[in-house]
Amino acid sequence: MSRTEVKIGGFGGQGVILTGLVLGKAAALYGGLNATMIQSFGPEARGSACSSQLVISDQEILYPYVRQPNILVAINQEAYTKFVPELAPDGLLLFEEDLVHVDERVGHRRARGIPATRIAEELGNRIVVNMVMLGFFSATTGLLREEAVREAVRVSVPRGTEELNLEAYGRGVEYGIRN
Amino acid sequence: MKADPAGVLTGAHFIDGDHACCEGALAAGCRFSAGYPITPSTEVVERIAARFPHVGGMFIQMEDELAASIAILGAAWGGAKVLTVTSGPGFSLMMEHIGFAAMTETPCVFVDVQRAGPSTGLPTLPAQADMMQVRWGSHGDYGIIALSPNSPQECFNLTIEAFNLAETYRVPTFLMMDESVGHMTERVVIPAADEIEVVPRRYTSKPSGEYLPYEPEEDLVPAMVPVGRGYNVHVTGLTHDERGYPVMNAAAQDRLIRRLVDKIRKNARRIARYEESRIEGADVVVVSYGITSRVAMEGIRLARENGIKVGILRLVVVWPFPGWRIAELSGQIKAFVVPELNMGQMVLEVERYAAGRAKTHCVPHAGGTVHDPKEIATVIEEAVK
Repeated sequence: MSRTEVKIGGFGGQGVILTGLVLGKAAALYGGLNATMIQSFGPEARGSACSSQLVISDQEILYPYVRQPNILVAINQEAYTKFVPELAPDGLLLFEEDLVHVDERVGHRRARGIPATRIAEELGNRIVVNMVMLGFFSATTGLLREEAVREAVRVSVPRGTEELNLEAYGRGVEYGIRN
Repeated sequence: MKADPAGVLTGAHFIDGDHACCEGALAAGCRFSAGYPITPSTEVVERIAARFPHVGGMFIQMEDELAASIAILGAAWGGAKVLTVTSGPGFSLMMEHIGFAAMTETPCVFVDVQRAGPSTGLPTLPAQADMMQVRWGSHGDYGIIALSPNSPQECFNLTIEAFNLAETYRVPTFLMMDESVGHMTERVVIPAADEIEVVPRRYTSKPSGEYLPYEPEEDLVPAMVPVGRGYNVHVTGLTHDERGYPVMNAAAQDRLIRRLVDKIRKNARRIARYEESRIEGADVVVVSYGITSRVAMEGIRLARENGIKVGILRLVVVWPFPGWRIAELSGQIKAFVVPELNMGQMVLEVERYAAGRAKTHCVPHAGGTVHDPKEIATVIEEAVK
């Protein structure tokens, strides 16, 4: 697998940075790959749009920034609007279908939606929306082994919440496989 | 001596350069830090504040960077291995005490996570524009050591090395990170404590009657004493003799300042660390350090695709600068290309040692992001013409 660039965008508080961190751990600690994560720092990261950039590769990663994401995960409209123009022409868009209205800007790129917030609410806590998106990401992209991602979730979430987070992750995977 | 296992977080981690720097300090045996948090170095301090008390260490958040930089010097004389962490604006404020550390030969580590300046500049975005400030920022003549990591793993490794060099040469030693490396998260492997070599404080074996605080050993470095064991020590920023007492004349100044400069200059080859690849037969050698060394690799790949023979010299220890190596290479190649996130700083050293035998091309950048690798490739291609 050569260089794959991933960008995850959403509101501060939707777990955007944690999602990037889990994916990075899954790749770099449990997946036998290299991963470099850069968080977006700047005034725009406070309260509104927030993003995490991740490069995953089986080669050494030199240039650390995402220039043209192969995969964009948009958890809110602002992230979609801001980042979809950067998405590679053959890139994949994964979006929260209740929060993101996909329009002509997506062009011929592949786009797949999931009602991640609703699924999270069914589990009793919308805070796990990012884990639902992560499961959806896993099932849709096949980029990382599911076991590696599960392990990364387990070690990254607050103690005592592992079960809830893994359940949310599992629901995202299921949705991805079924749809 | 091996690292104290209490401070070593053995295992594979996915952490950023700032956090890795804190872990490097702990592994090196650092147990005292004073600081005044500033972006983009805040995460180092946050982790220090969380981690140090659990291993018998102490962190004090001071009222400003002047206080932070003098507190660590006091703690060093009290026997601790010490560091402080800052960025451009704080680094400027610390200059006075960096001079004091150099004059009093206090082993200490300063970390500068460089952001774009001058003044408050771009707090959250990278630069490498403090490279001359670190060498010359405090007044007077003195030597220092500075290292430049290009990954979170190196932030860990080189923090340990910075402590070892600070203790070996009794000199302020600097880890010149940049925002990019500081906020970059990658795998960092921390070895077992018994695989980490640390240099302990250099203490005298002489009894108190015979000991002179500034009497140099063979490598020009004097030994220290543990406080509270009956030795008299006088520490002053004034020009002093081997007893440590002020002596206000040119002869004492000459003797002291020559040694402060020579202990780094004459040991430069021992201190220097750089990596080379594909130098043999190269027409152009790219000299870089820190984050730019990674970005340059992309530019080099592009230039090689166009058939250009490009070698690489990456500075790991930036100061003392390995001028002798530049001098050797300058007779063999057409040109040096020096990309850096400043308007041309370390390139001046390259140019000085190349001394006209090879052309030197700067690839300047004002900071705020990293180079576009294509810019570097273009300069490489022009350099062979």
